[in-house]
Amino acid sequence: MTIAIGLEGSANKLGVGIIRHTPSKPAEILSNIRHTFVSPPGEGFLPKDTAIHHRSWVVNLVKQALKESGVTVREVDCICYTKGPGMGAPLQSVAVAARTLALLWDKPLVGVNHCVGHIEMGREITGADNPVVLYVSGGNTQVIAYADQRYRIFGEALDIAIGNCLDRFARTLNISNDPAPGYNIEQMAKRGKHLIDIPYTVKGMDCSFSGILGFIDAYAGEMLSGAEKRDPETGNLITPEDLCFSLQETAFAMLVEITERAMAHVGSTQVLIVGGVGCNERLQEMMGIMARDRGGSVYATDERFCIDNGIMIAHAGLLAFQTGFTTPIDDSTCTQRFRTDEVFVKWRD
Amino acid sequence: MAPPRPIDGTLLKQGAEAHVYKSTFLLPNLPCLIKIRPTKPYRHATLDIRLTKHRCVSEARLLNRCRSMGVLCPAVYFVDEKRGEIIMEWIEGPSVRDFLHNYMDDASNPSKDEPKIIDVRLDALMENIGLTIGKLHDIDIIHGDLTTSNLMVKSRGTPDARASDSTDTSLADSDVVLIDFGLGQVSSSDEDKAVDLYVLERAFLSTHPRATRLFNIIIDSYKRNCLGSAVVLRRLQEVRLRGRKKSMLG
Repeated sequence: MTIAIGLEGSANKLGVGIIRHTPSKPAEILSNIRHTFVSPPGEGFLPKDTAIHHRSWVVNLVKQALKESGVTVREVDCICYTKGPGMGAPLQSVAVAARTLALLWDKPLVGVNHCVGHIEMGREITGADNPVVLYVSGGNTQVIAYADQRYRIFGEALDIAIGNCLDRFARTLNISNDPAPGYNIEQMAKRGKHLIDIPYTVKGMDCSFSGILGFIDAYAGEMLSGAEKRDPETGNLITPEDLCFSLQETAFAMLVEITERAMAHVGSTQVLIVGGVGCNERLQEMMGIMARDRGGSVYATDERFCIDNGIMIAHAGLLAFQTGFTTPIDDSTCTQRFRTDEVFVKWRD
Repeated sequence: MAPPRPIDGTLLKQGAEAHVYKSTFLLPNLPCLIKIRPTKPYRHATLDIRLTKHRCVSEARLLNRCRSMGVLCPAVYFVDEKRGEIIMEWIEGPSVRDFLHNYMDDASNPSKDEPKIIDVRLDALMENIGLTIGKLHDIDIIHGDLTTSNLMVKSRGTPDARASDSTDTSLADSDVVLIDFGLGQVSSSDEDKAVDLYVLERAFLSTHPRATRLFNIIIDSYKRNCLGSAVVLRRLQEVRLRGRKKSMLG
């Protein structure tokens, strides 16, 4: 039986989670708490401010996580933290916290790849054994499949990530960042009716969102400055809700298409969606229809695990720890750039 | 969209985008391939119709253009863009993907492990792939989905020779035939050509992780055989960096 505490802070969420692994039993989540830095509408989260947020909350969160879990410090086997990828300043502040805990409690450190954390947590929660993984968040858009001890990236966004595209579009329309811009776009999209013609860019198993963002930003800009836009078929006025609807329908169709291509390519019928955008129910629904057509199914988790959290770092870290992996304090750095396929996955066959 | 009608043929593959059938065209002894893009119920109907029609027409045009410019690809027999249907020439032979997998899995093969793969026949095939893609880019066509599944190995030999085990076919007598232009486009942009190669690189190395050396032969051959290769390959470096080093948050 091993217990790990995980610290995550690669973007605007600070998460602390405690997990217990018992051989041949599912992992037990002892606590999983999070505090999010929310920026005002029209603004993104800046690295400097986000780091300040993490620094001022990390002690509270660790204390609270320990209390909720009922675990004593003595029982903890290792301290896992996000090594990357992510924003530099927030990553650093969490790495400092992890190092401090390691020295204070005299426990080994385990540096974890953020993307691998998402994948492993998704597999654990859903029971998907060997799925094609769509990892969609504010910073990442990747289609991943496992082969030969690595999570290999089959397709990805060639420019900006899907979440980044949604976040920036939300800023243009002054949509609230609370609880998350993507969530608010999703709610507005439910009221949208007209599909406007947006660039659709799929290149093999890769896709591109910068053209979409440029187009829809310009379109929204014209609308905001008073230009009347009408649907060519019905003659109805185009609303901001229609823009959210069109953006989702188009961008998600691209994501489902590249995922389907990867599934056909590797011969898999399971698909697992992870990352913050993976909470979106329309995306899950579209993916489900596609997977069913291929005789398979979609696996998705809810916001506790989709959105960045500490428990996934604890979980992936503990998997590595059990194979004998630790990160010496001298090497306990963090990095903004850390590819999913750089990690040697020793814990899988 | 016109209602689906039963296809007189055998379903070969339910790909990501299209269903592919083997059938015959006009004559019972002329084999053909029918490619149908079925409705994708996951996407908005308007978007679905727009994409299906566009891709069907675009694919047929690109196939014609390639063929008339001497790049090997299936000949188009018939197009019905309302149904999203193309009937085209049947290409006999394994895909490069299957070919490589068979080759790597073949235990009797002395050159099974990557460092030892120094099989001239395999090198000739890679050489040929580079040449074919080079020609394609020289006539300003972007394939859009270059994977080893979309490259076929077609024997030039007699039907008898073709019937023998594909791995034993003399590769010097083989042609590389490009298929599936569903995501293709006409473009003279270096960026588009570089991305085309980048897509191939990623697909190749993720499907055949131990075959890095073979991929380098493709790029080498492309460099020598494509007129605009210098600029495109320089651009490829940039595209690679963009994919690998762009900031990845969240």
